[in-house]
Amino acid sequence: MRLFATIAPDALAASAAPVAADNAWVKALESFEVAGVPVGVWAIPAIPLVFIAVYALYVGVYGERKVSAFIQDRIGPNETGKWGLLQTIADILKLIQKEDVVPAAADKPLFVLGPLIVFVGAFAAFAVLPFSSAFIGADLNVGVFYAVSIVSVEAVGILMCGWGSNNKWSLFGAVRSVAQVVSYEIPASISILVGVMMAGSLSMQKIVMSQSGEYGILHYAVFQSPVAWLAMIIYFISALAECNRAPFDIPEAESELVSGYFTEYGGMKFAMIFLAEYASMFMTSVILSVLFLGGWNSPLPNIGPVALNDWTNGPVWGAFWIMLKGFFFVIVMMWVRWTLPRFRVDQLMYLCWKVLTPFALLTFAFAAVWELYVR
Amino acid sequence: MAETLEYAPKTRLSQAGADRYIVEKEIETEYMTLNMGPQHPATHGVLRVELVTDGEVVVKATPYMGYLHRCFEKHAEALDYQQVIPYTDRMDYLSAMCTEHAYVMAIEKLLNIEVPRRIEFMRVIVVELQRIASHQVAIATYGLDIGAFTPFLHIMRDREHILTLLEWLCGARMLYNYIWVGGVSHNFPPKFKQRVAEFVKYYRPKVDEMMALLTENKLFIERTRGVGVLPADVAINYGCSGPMLRGSGVKWDLRKNDPYSIYPELEFDAVVPDGKLSIIGDSLSRHLVRCYEIYESLKIIEQCIDKMPEDPNFDPHAAVPKRIKPPAGEVYARGENPRGEVGFYVISDGKGTKPFRCKARSGCFVNLSVLPELAKGNLISDVVAILGSVDIVLGEVDR
Repeated sequence: MRLFATIAPDALAASAAPVAADNAWVKALESFEVAGVPVGVWAIPAIPLVFIAVYALYVGVYGERKVSAFIQDRIGPNETGKWGLLQTIADILKLIQKEDVVPAAADKPLFVLGPLIVFVGAFAAFAVLPFSSAFIGADLNVGVFYAVSIVSVEAVGILMCGWGSNNKWSLFGAVRSVAQVVSYEIPASISILVGVMMAGSLSMQKIVMSQSGEYGILHYAVFQSPVAWLAMIIYFISALAECNRAPFDIPEAESELVSGYFTEYGGMKFAMIFLAEYASMFMTSVILSVLFLGGWNSPLPNIGPVALNDWTNGPVWGAFWIMLKGFFFVIVMMWVRWTLPRFRVDQLMYLCWKVLTPFALLTFAFAAVWELYVR
Repeated sequence: MAETLEYAPKTRLSQAGADRYIVEKEIETEYMTLNMGPQHPATHGVLRVELVTDGEVVVKATPYMGYLHRCFEKHAEALDYQQVIPYTDRMDYLSAMCTEHAYVMAIEKLLNIEVPRRIEFMRVIVVELQRIASHQVAIATYGLDIGAFTPFLHIMRDREHILTLLEWLCGARMLYNYIWVGGVSHNFPPKFKQRVAEFVKYYRPKVDEMMALLTENKLFIERTRGVGVLPADVAINYGCSGPMLRGSGVKWDLRKNDPYSIYPELEFDAVVPDGKLSIIGDSLSRHLVRCYEIYESLKIIEQCIDKMPEDPNFDPHAAVPKRIKPPAGEVYARGENPRGEVGFYVISDGKGTKPFRCKARSGCFVNLSVLPELAKGNLISDVVAILGSVDIVLGEVDR
C-alpha cells in the first residue's frame, strides 16, 4: 500500500531515476559568504524574484501582446527596439515615473497594503517551486500544501484593494474575486490531491522524482492512471479561475466592472497587481507540470543505445524542461483568454460547484481505488 | 428605505427565466445605488445609467441621457437645407450615409423633385455598405461587452475594406456628406463597382467565419440567450424599431413596409429570428438579426450592381437644385437605419432657404427607452449584455 507513504530517498536513488534531487545549487549558495555576510542565502529568494520580473516582462507582457496579436490578426508591438522587445521596458519606465495617487476617500492603509499582499501571496509560492533538481527555494515536506494555502492569501489582498479603493465597482470586483478564488480552490485542491496520491508525497521534489524513469514521458503521472488527465484538466480550469484569467476574469471584467478591484490603482501599485497575476499564472502552470507532467524530468525516452533520457536530464536540463512546461501552459492560458468570452457570475459558480467539484471528487475516488488495488 | 421599489420581476420576464437571480426574500438586504457611466466602457459613449442593485441583481435601471446633446434641431433652423446634411452625419456617426439618405429624402419630398435612377442605385449601394459597416461595429462591440476581444479585431479588419471603399468614393471615412439633395457629391470612380463586387465576394465567407467565432460560441450563447427578453407587444408599445423590433419577432422593415428609393425592385428579406437558437425577443435574437441582415445587405448590393444603369457621361449633380427654396409645407420622411427608424420632420415656411423646423426622430433614442423594462431583475453583467444588444449610438440618442 503506497497511499501517502513517504518514499525513502535511498529507494529512489536505487531505482531507475537518472537524477536525484540534491538541491546542490541551493546548498552551494547557502554556504557562500562574502566577509561573513551570507550573500548566498539572500540570493536564494532573489533568484525567483528576478526570474518573475524577467518572465513577466518577456513571456508575460510581451508574450501576451504577441500571442494576442497573432490570434487577432495584428502585428503587436514592433516599433520600440528590435521586434518591439523594448516595449515592456518602456512601459515599466512609464509606470515607475507615475505619480503615486491615493484617492482622497480611499482607506489609505488598506489601499497601499493591498497590492503588496497580492504580490507577496503570489510570490511566496515560488519558494516551493522546483526549478531544477538542484534548485528549490525550500523543499518543504508539505510543499504542495504550502503553495495552495499561501496563494489563498491573495484573496485577502484583493479584498483589501477592493474595499480600500472606496469604489463600488472595485468592491464588486473584490467580492466576486474572493467568492471565485475560494470556490475554485476546492476542485483545484481535490485534483491536486490526485497527483499527490499518485506520488505518495507532498514534497515537490519527491513528486517530481516519482515520475522519472528511462521511458521519459511515459513515467509522467498523467499516463500512470486512467483518470489523471481528468484531474489535470480540472486543475487547469480551476487555475484559470484562481488567477482571474479569462474566461473567468469576472473580477476584473473590463466591460462590466471597468477593471474591478484595481480600477483605482496606477503606477507601481498597478504594476504589482499585474506582476502578481503573471506570477500566479506561472506558479499554477509549474504546479500542474510538477503534479502531472513530470516537473523537471525530460520527456524523451531511452531508445536502446540512444539514451535520450539520460542525455537530456540533469540540473540545467531540468531548469529548461520545467520552464518549457510552465511557459507552455502560460501560453495556453493566453490562448484561452483571447479566444473565449467571459462567464457570468452565476454561470461561474455553477461550473465550479455543480460540474468541476463533483467530477473532481469522482476522479479522486477513482484514483484512490486505482492507487490502492491496481497500480 | 424611503422609496419603495417594485421588486418582483414581471411575469413575462419570469417566463424567460429572468427570475432565477432572485435572492431569498427573508434576508434583509439593502439596496445600493450604482452609477454606470458616463465614463463606463459598456455604455458605448456618454450614457449614464443609474442602477439600484440588491447585491448584483438590478432592481431598477434609469438611463440618463443628454451628455452629447448638440442642439441639432436648433442648428438646422439656422442653416441652409444643404448645410444640414453634414450635421445629420454626426447624429449616428456609425451610419452616416443612412441618416443622410433619410434627411435628403425629406427635402426631396418637400421640393417634389425626381432623382435620376442611377443616383438611386448609387445611394442604395453606399447605404447598404454603410449598413454592413454599422452592423459590424454593433456585433464587434457586443462581443467586447460579453468579453470576447478577438472577434472585434477580426471584424474591424473587414470593416476597413468598406471604409476604404467609401473613402475612395468621397474622401471621408466616417462622416461623408455624400448624399446631396437631388444627387450625390461624386460619381462612382471607374472600377468602383467591380471593387464593391469583389468585396461582397470576399466578405460573405468572412461573415460565416464571424458567426462561427462569436455567435456559435457556447459561452456567448449562454451569456445572451434568454437575457433581456422584449416581448413583441412591449416593443411595439415603446415604439422600438430596427433590429430591436425584428428581434422580438415583428417583421417590420421600412424598406419593405414603407418602401422608398428602389427597394421595391430588389429582393431581400426582413430578418426575424426563428427561435431555434434564441428565445424570441432576447439579446441573442437581436444579435442574430444583425448578423443575418449583413447577408441581406450583401444580396441587395449584388442586385444593385447588376441592375445599375451604365452611363459614361453621367453627372451626379445634374438634378441638384442650385438654390433650395421649397414652398410652404411640412413633410416627414423616414428610412430604415441600422439602428431603427430614422425620420425627419421638416417644416418650410416658404420664405427662406432654411428649414423653419427640423425634427429628427431617432431610432436609438426610442430603443434605449425600453432599457429600464429589460434590465429589471437581471444581473449587472446582463445589463451590459442588454445594453450592447440594444446597440445605441449616443450621437443619435442625444442629437
